Amino acid sequence: MSISFPPTTENNSNSLQPTGWLRFISFSLDHKVIGLQYLVCGFIFYLIGGILAGAIRIELLSPISDFLARDVYNQVLTLHGTIMIFLWIVPVVNGAFGNYLIPFYVGARDMAFPRLNAVAFWMIPPAGLMLITSYFINGAAQSGWTAYPPLSITTPAAGQIVWIVSVLLLGGSSIFGGINFIATILKLRRPGLKLMQLPMYCWAMLGTSILVVLSTPVLAGTLILLSFDIVAHTGFFNPALGGNVIVYQHLFWFYSHPAVYIMVLPAFGLVSEILPVHSRKPLFGYTTMVYSIMGIVVLGLIVWAHHMFTSGTPPWMRLFFTIATSFIAVPTGIKFFNWVATLWGGRISINSAILFSCGFIVNFVLGGITGVALAQVPFDIHVHDTYFVVAHFHYIVYGGSVFVIFSSIYHWYPKFTGKMLDEKLGIIHFALTFIGFNLCFAPQHWLGLNGMPRRVAEYDPQFTLINQISSVGALLMALSTLPFLWNIIYSFLKGETAGNNPWHALTPEWLTTSPPPVENWPGEAPLVIKPYGYGENRSDEGNPPLNQD
Amino acid sequence: MTTIPSPKEKSEELASSDHHHSDHRLFGLITFLVADGMTFAGFFAAYLTYKAVNPLLPDAIYELELPLPTLNTILLLVSSATFHKAGKALEAANSKQCQKWLLITAGLGIAFLISQMIEYFTLPFGLTDNLYASTFYALTGFHGLHVTLGSIMILIVWWQARSPGGRITNANKFPLEAAEIYWHFVDGIWVVLFIILYLL
Repeated sequence: MSISFPPTTENNSNSLQPTGWLRFISFSLDHKVIGLQYLVCGFIFYLIGGILAGAIRIELLSPISDFLARDVYNQVLTLHGTIMIFLWIVPVVNGAFGNYLIPFYVGARDMAFPRLNAVAFWMIPPAGLMLITSYFINGAAQSGWTAYPPLSITTPAAGQIVWIVSVLLLGGSSIFGGINFIATILKLRRPGLKLMQLPMYCWAMLGTSILVVLSTPVLAGTLILLSFDIVAHTGFFNPALGGNVIVYQHLFWFYSHPAVYIMVLPAFGLVSEILPVHSRKPLFGYTTMVYSIMGIVVLGLIVWAHHMFTSGTPPWMRLFFTIATSFIAVPTGIKFFNWVATLWGGRISINSAILFSCGFIVNFVLGGITGVALAQVPFDIHVHDTYFVVAHFHYIVYGGSVFVIFSSIYHWYPKFTGKMLDEKLGIIHFALTFIGFNLCFAPQHWLGLNGMPRRVAEYDPQFTLINQISSVGALLMALSTLPFLWNIIYSFLKGETAGNNPWHALTPEWLTTSPPPVENWPGEAPLVIKPYGYGENRSDEGNPPLNQD
Repeated sequence: MTTIPSPKEKSEELASSDHHHSDHRLFGLITFLVADGMTFAGFFAAYLTYKAVNPLLPDAIYELELPLPTLNTILLLVSSATFHKAGKALEAANSKQCQKWLLITAGLGIAFLISQMIEYFTLPFGLTDNLYASTFYALTGFHGLHVTLGSIMILIVWWQARSPGGRITNANKFPLEAAEIYWHFVDGIWVVLFIILYLL
């Protein structure tokens, strides 16, 4: 059917903006454009970070440092970690999907602060470019994404300072984004829409943004002190000058443990949007989901020292942080069972979106189990700084967040572009990614349990075979990108037209054209009080009728 | 168009505009100040941890003089009151009075900075002397940066208020309100800083 748009009378702040594809490289204020800017920019950094990961896996094919020199290896792993966390997962699960979807979900025409939103996005490309070019100029930082002193003070200063400035910019961008999301969700809700009627992704973003606002500034302050140590030779974290490295670790993990939730909570939210649509059932346990998210937010702020069990942590602290960390398994478990219950007995359509979501559930529960194991002090001391931690972390951020990013791209691509993605290519992409990912990271648990340290270019020859298996998995993951890239480009040019609501979904972003107009809806925003009312009478309870075209 | 809100919702929709921005801006500012406060909280936590676990050598321990920082505390507390006065004057549509109080507030802020500078020059330790000195300068310096920005903000608001036509009026008082909330926040941080750094 055709939809015509009456001219909008309010807020013509976009009237001077370019209208064609140029708006994607301009200082656009449209939340949808900014969301896609985040997504494409993040994906480019994902490819760069992936090339670095490939370099790491090639180096680890043999026990000696032959492909990369040791200091280059350190730079490569530092850049890989920093890029993947700060330039890919955090901006994409928060910035990209948050900006695109949150205004729809709250029934608004844009974010609360569109200009701040654009500023937040445009802080990312310079920060990323700085970080990457530092490799070619004076050498990049070598102290890992954690930048622990004294390592970060004693390695070459130039790269480390660029790293700090870059992470400060990205942190600032993240804080601005967080402020914007909190204000949008709490203040811009359409009249008549109650908090407990919001789609789950809103709750996930509210929780995430609270974590961002509370914890990112602490990282910023810490990095400023670290830069003083490097540039002005103060001794905050330098034991040689009377400083205390443990204080850095506490402050760093006060941000960086919540950072894991900043990466994974929005993914929880996105999965909660995708599963009901493709299994045609309401999201199971909405209220418990909301309380679980808020429980994770509160607990997430008080578990940071479980990263420091080998840092001379006193026994009472070990006990407290072990117990608090184990408790996180409760809300996370609730969410896991709710997702399974959502799928249970549903009319599930097997497509790429739900395959990646189910892949997420499987990988995430594995990563969650190793997470609970790592929270136990005796076990943690055994595997601290080994490949077991690498495996656990990648099961959470790749098996968890990245799988959800792909699932979300398959789910929302029709809305973004108006075109369907090719399902055959999507399933090939999923199969390659799922097999490759598990082949790459599952063996690393074994490596870690047997004592292979992480972040080292050379290792004991007894680990050679397992490392080679892992590298084959990495190769499959690299190959899996090709059908995906071909799919998004080909479908954009020649894909089947999607229509407004190809999945027959009920959430508000589907109740407009694909792609949506500048201010989201031609008329008033629809009031969707049952975003998951699948399997019910579709015209009851004030829900807008399903848009069939 | 397939989605038709009921007439009741329509009227609600019309009654509420998406563009009551001033409320949201204040909300955004307060959220930002929470974030900013967390930066200070991180610094305070670092300072207190250092104090607890990194004892200084006896010759590095220095008892801070109290008169100047006490004067600073008074300056900032009075400036919070004068800013409040400026807000009240604006509410009473008394622009002249409002400008006067704004100028006095900015003056007090600058007096604070000068007094802080005098303290820096009279202290017997420098930035890199020891852990305590570094933390002292980091905390007071970061706060001083906030006072500097705040004073500039107040002067901008004052400039806007005195310009003919009056860009700051009862109808457009967001810049004044924002600067005022920020200024109270900076004063509050100073009180905490004064207690932790000078009195404890």
